[in-house]
Amino acid sequence: MFILIVGCGRVGSSVARGMLREGHEVSCLDEDPESHARLEVGLDKGWEDLGGQFTVGAGLETDALVAAGIEKADAFIASTDGDNTNIIIAQIAQRRYNVPTVIARILDPLRAEWYERQGLHTVCPTRVAIDMLESAVREGAPRGDGPSNGSAEAA
Amino acid sequence: MYIIVVGAGKVGWNLARELLEKEHEVTVIESNRRRYLTVEQELEHNVSYGDASELWVLERAGIQRADMVIAVTGDDEDNMLICQVAREKYEVERIIARVNNPRNKPHFDLLGIKPSVSATDLILRLLEHEVPEYGLVHLLDLQEEQLEIIEMLLGKDSGVTGRRVGDLEMPEGSLLISVLRDGKGFVPVADTVLEVGDEVLAVLDPGHEEQLKTMFGPSAGNGG
Repeated sequence: MFILIVGCGRVGSSVARGMLREGHEVSCLDEDPESHARLEVGLDKGWEDLGGQFTVGAGLETDALVAAGIEKADAFIASTDGDNTNIIIAQIAQRRYNVPTVIARILDPLRAEWYERQGLHTVCPTRVAIDMLESAVREGAPRGDGPSNGSAEAA
Repeated sequence: MYIIVVGAGKVGWNLARELLEKEHEVTVIESNRRRYLTVEQELEHNVSYGDASELWVLERAGIQRADMVIAVTGDDEDNMLICQVAREKYEVERIIARVNNPRNKPHFDLLGIKPSVSATDLILRLLEHEVPEYGLVHLLDLQEEQLEIIEMLLGKDSGVTGRRVGDLEMPEGSLLISVLRDGKGFVPVADTVLEVGDEVLAVLDPGHEEQLKTMFGPSAGNGG
């Protein structure tokens, strides 16, 4: 698979390394040339030496998307630090370039939920954190000494 | 009408002021606290603090009953997103989006966000208008209706001056709708004879511009 990842922060760069390790072709696009260094964290060779591709540019720039290989991408991941940017570029990948698999990272659960319903594949880390925190609290509940637990213990 | 304006920069603030003067109900949403406090001194309860790409902020501003949403922030992604949810989620009938970078215009079109306004486009049109030798001026693009209105100034060597409107072989799908002469406008009839210095307005299907330009412009010769 040819995978294009826009936004090479902690999430984007980790996914990029993981996908490359699994044997996929991976191309990253980021506005910040410095983010290239993040890709190479923990690698013993350079990103390009391992077969990776890196392009400097913004996700909204058509030229940059094309240079990064969007026209031949099988999968597109929008993981910049801007929810709105991710939502817009994911739709561009879907509608203009017909990329078969498009995933957008959206931090805001409300926006994520609505766009998911519109047919955009979204990943919402905030939602995941909320669910994990809630279930962690529930699992921890029997040890608690709040008023409602007092009766539970008595029972 | 109830109008929500997103972004209280120069554009948003002045727009809100004009709309309030025309007695519309207006809420301006601004996400920068300092800017909000400045604008609030004048617009008072008509300005609201928050990030309008958060759906609850839009809902708090009453987007469900808004007749129009105008997104004029300095960020094109924000303007696109806000207009998209306004129309598709909240079914707001009219939206207007500002395009900051004209290179993003195709993205607005792709997502069906119309009309979108770019200052660069406006200045370009003004330039065309102020510098008539530029040829033909786009006054209006009615994209939905597939029509345009253009304005042409007839120069000394125009191929149509001295001819009756009724004798012109206008391309199919185009129509002369108005002539401006000596500061006055009138609707031409078949017997109207076009003169040097006339500004003519034509409505046309997109794609006929070149034909009209050739016909009315200096290169027309006498063939018509």
